[in-house]
Amino acid sequence: MSRATIRVALPAHLRTLARLDHGDVMVEVEGRVTQRSVLDALEARYPMLCGTIRDHATQERRPFVRFFACEQDLSHESPDAPLPEAVASGKEPFFVIGAIAGG
Amino acid sequence: MSKVRVLVGTRKGAFILTADGKREKWDVSGPYFAGWPVYHLKGSPVDPNRIFASQTSDWFGQVIQRSDDGGKTWIQPGTPPGEPTTAPDGSPKGESNKFVYDTSAPTGKPLTTHQWYDGTQHPWEFKRVWHLEPSLKDPNTVYAGVEDAALFRSSDGGKSWQELSGLRGHGTGPKWQPGAGGMCLHSIVLDPSNAQRIFIAISAAGAFRTDDGGKTWKPINQGLRSQYIPDPKAEVGHCVHHIAMHASKPGVLFMQKHWDVMRTNNAGDVWTEVSGNLPTDFGFVIDIHAHEPETIYVVPIKSDGEHFPLDGKLRVYRSRTGGNEWEELSKGLPERNCYVNVLRDAMCVDSLDKCGVYFGTTGGQVYSSANAGDSWAPIVRDLPAVLSVEVQTLP
Repeated sequence: MSRATIRVALPAHLRTLARLDHGDVMVEVEGRVTQRSVLDALEARYPMLCGTIRDHATQERRPFVRFFACEQDLSHESPDAPLPEAVASGKEPFFVIGAIAGG
Repeated sequence: MSKVRVLVGTRKGAFILTADGKREKWDVSGPYFAGWPVYHLKGSPVDPNRIFASQTSDWFGQVIQRSDDGGKTWIQPGTPPGEPTTAPDGSPKGESNKFVYDTSAPTGKPLTTHQWYDGTQHPWEFKRVWHLEPSLKDPNTVYAGVEDAALFRSSDGGKSWQELSGLRGHGTGPKWQPGAGGMCLHSIVLDPSNAQRIFIAISAAGAFRTDDGGKTWKPINQGLRSQYIPDPKAEVGHCVHHIAMHASKPGVLFMQKHWDVMRTNNAGDVWTEVSGNLPTDFGFVIDIHAHEPETIYVVPIKSDGEHFPLDGKLRVYRSRTGGNEWEELSKGLPERNCYVNVLRDAMCVDSLDKCGVYFGTTGGQVYSSANAGDSWAPIVRDLPAVLSVEVQTLP
C-alpha cells in the first residue's frame, strides 16, 4: 500500500493544543489521500485534536472549520474524495482554517 | 497562614489570583488557554492542587484541562501525543474532550428534541461544558454540566466521560428550552450528607434531583412561577439561573431564578419566594456565607431586558435571615456609570474565619470582600469578561 507524507497547516489555537511549534505538521498517510485519511492520521498522532476539527459523534466537519488546499475551498467536498495531487505529493499543505466569524 | 486561590474563567482565557489570609495583596497569573473561552474552573475538595477547567470554543469545540499542581501546569487528561487513541481491544483510550450522549441500549436514552426559541422542536446537540463539579470524596471523579443540557461524569480524572442519561431521558425534555445563553446545565450541587443525592439546574427547564446517584431524576419546581411559559406553575420550563446549598443544611437550597429569589427547606419538594425587599429580584448569582447558613448573597440586575445594575450602581445584597430581609452592600463598589453583568457562576465564598466573598463582572473586574461583604475592593479591573469565579481556601 502506498504511503505519503502530508503537510497539514493548523490554526494557532490547535497548534497550541497539540503543543506544536511554528510550521506545518507532517503526517503519514497510507493508501488514498483524502480529507478523512489525513484527519484520521492527524488525530492518531495528536489525539488531543479529536473533536476539535470533526464532531466526535458524527465525524462531520465542525461548522466553523474550513478546509482549503491549492487555493480551493474543499470544505464541502466528500471526505472520501481524493485530495489534489499537490497535497498528496507533499508539495502543498492541507489547510485547516478557523472560519472568519464575528471579528 | 492560610491563603486563598481564586480561579477565574473569562471569555479569553483563565486567570488565577492568589493572596494570603489577609486578602489584601494579590498575585495574578494567566492567561491560561489564552484566546479561548474558559467557562469554569474548579478544584477538588479532596486534592486542592487538582483543578479541572472547561476550555471551549465555537470553532474547535470542547477541551477539558486538568492541573495537578495548583494551576502551574495543565494537561489534557488522556492519551499522550503519539500514542494510539484506542486500546488493543478496540475500546477508546482516554479522550478527555469526548462528550457523546449515551444512546446505548443498556444505559442510554434515545436522542430526542427540545423546544427551540420559536417553540418548534430542535434536536439535542452537544455544544460545551458549562460547569465542572469535582466529587466531595474522590479526586478522580468529577461531574460536568453541559449544553445541550445533560450531566456527564468522569471517574478517571477527566480522561473519559459518561453521560448520566436518566436526566436527559427523564421524559420532559421536549418541554425544555434554551435561555439566552443556550440550553445549559449550569448548577451541580452534591449533597455532603448523602452520596446518592445530587441537585442540578437547567436554563430553561428548572431544578432536578436524583436520590439514586444519577440513575433517575425528578423535577423539583413546585412553588416556582414563571410568566414566560404558558402555565406559570408548570412542572418544567422554568429559567433557573443558579442554586446554592450550605453543607451544614443540605435540605435547604437557595435559588436565583430568572425573576425571583427562592428557598426550599425540604430538598426542593416545595419552594417559596424570599425576594422580600430586593430592589429587583432578577439576577444570576446566589451564594451562601461559609459559616452562617442563613446568610445569603445576590447581585440584583435591573431586568431580563437590561442586564446591568439598577441606576448604574453595582450593589451586592445580603440577607442574614435566609431571605426576605435584605441589606444593600455598596462600600467600595462603583456608585455610578456601572453597566456590567455578573454571570451565574461568577460568585463564590472562601472558608476563612472572616468569610471572604468574591464576584466577577462582564466588565472584567473581580471584586473581593474579606469581611463577609461589608466592604469591597477590586482584585483586578481589566480582565476579559468574567464567566466564572471559584475560590479555594488553602492551608
